[in-house]
Amino acid sequence: MQYIDMHAHMVSRATNDYKMMSMTGCVAVTEPAFWAGFDRVSVDVFEDYFNQLTDFEPKRAAKYGIQHYTWLCINPKEAEDRKLTKEVLDIIPKYLDKPNVLGIGEIGLNRVTRNELESFKDHVKLALEYDQPIHIHTPHLEDKWKGTRVIVDTLLAIDGVQPDRVMIDHAEEHTIDFILGNGFWTGLTLYPTTKASYARAIDMLERYDNDRIIVASACDWGPSEPVALPNFIFEARRRGHEEDWIRKVVFENPKQFLSHSPKFKLPETLTTLKLNA
Amino acid sequence: MSYKTGEIPLNQQELVDEYFMEYRAMLLAVAAYLDRMDRSEMNAEDDFRVKAFRASLQELTSDETGRVERIQMLLSDNDTTLMDERDVQGAYGAFNPESRTPATEEVS
Repeated sequence: MQYIDMHAHMVSRATNDYKMMSMTGCVAVTEPAFWAGFDRVSVDVFEDYFNQLTDFEPKRAAKYGIQHYTWLCINPKEAEDRKLTKEVLDIIPKYLDKPNVLGIGEIGLNRVTRNELESFKDHVKLALEYDQPIHIHTPHLEDKWKGTRVIVDTLLAIDGVQPDRVMIDHAEEHTIDFILGNGFWTGLTLYPTTKASYARAIDMLERYDNDRIIVASACDWGPSEPVALPNFIFEARRRGHEEDWIRKVVFENPKQFLSHSPKFKLPETLTTLKLNA
Repeated sequence: MSYKTGEIPLNQQELVDEYFMEYRAMLLAVAAYLDRMDRSEMNAEDDFRVKAFRASLQELTSDETGRVERIQMLLSDNDTTLMDERDVQGAYGAFNPESRTPATEEVS
């Protein structure tokens, strides 16, 4: 079954992962800007990173027939640094016309601090100014409920935010209800140990009628699974779900949300693979 | 928080037939972890993660559906007060009330 991985940090993955993803049906990935595992020291490093996301990475993916898209920001873990945040916000607009940039993301909160929230609002304002869709990270583990609440309340208070153009990612059982209830899209992250298992993701999809919900791997430099979606598809079949139900989750829903950007187009054919180019 | 139910393709007997072995293994893993804790030097009974884990185990035995949401909340910071500044980058898996700077402002 063809699928779209809406959240994959491919800069952290080996090229063999693109091959595995391609062989298991992946036709497109979207890669939000994120934390490198350490705090970067200057805006120059973000210039390099954004160039990697908008030039090198789409070429690497294309060799395996995968369309690569990206979202730009300074991520919540580094957004505590207000000076660096403002410098990064200043350079983002010149990348927004790049053909694979879909919007602003993954912005959000980490430990739910004052500075993180101000940086989050700045990103939302930038997205609105440039008419960009928004991709949002919600905090990890014990901070998830609190951070998701603050994010939803903040978005609802900002004039011009259109919930159907906003994806609030990494939902779990205690946050999905008020994300969807306020009209936003949400994502279930198939990430071992710290986020949703395949079985729990399917539980949530069954309970919320699989509308405005996307599943993704969020594979990165941590212990994660670039072929999480094929594993999810296998588990959904085992659970007795029909092919149309599964395809809606792994293909039609991400296609619908990502089409908020006119740049999002799927490859017309997968016969142009250049495996050794 | 409302609890939504949804139809699933498998009935209870099919869920038992298909998944009992997997969840039996998980159950034994939790039991063995608790026994291992008992056998080790006792110096973490007051650790906030141990307390949250034990509270969550109580919730597991509830007869009322919605256990996963209630356990998620037992493991969560239930207060939307902002931190004045970041303490650490990572999270611990359970909320530690002693880890935070004092609350000074509510988020509206």
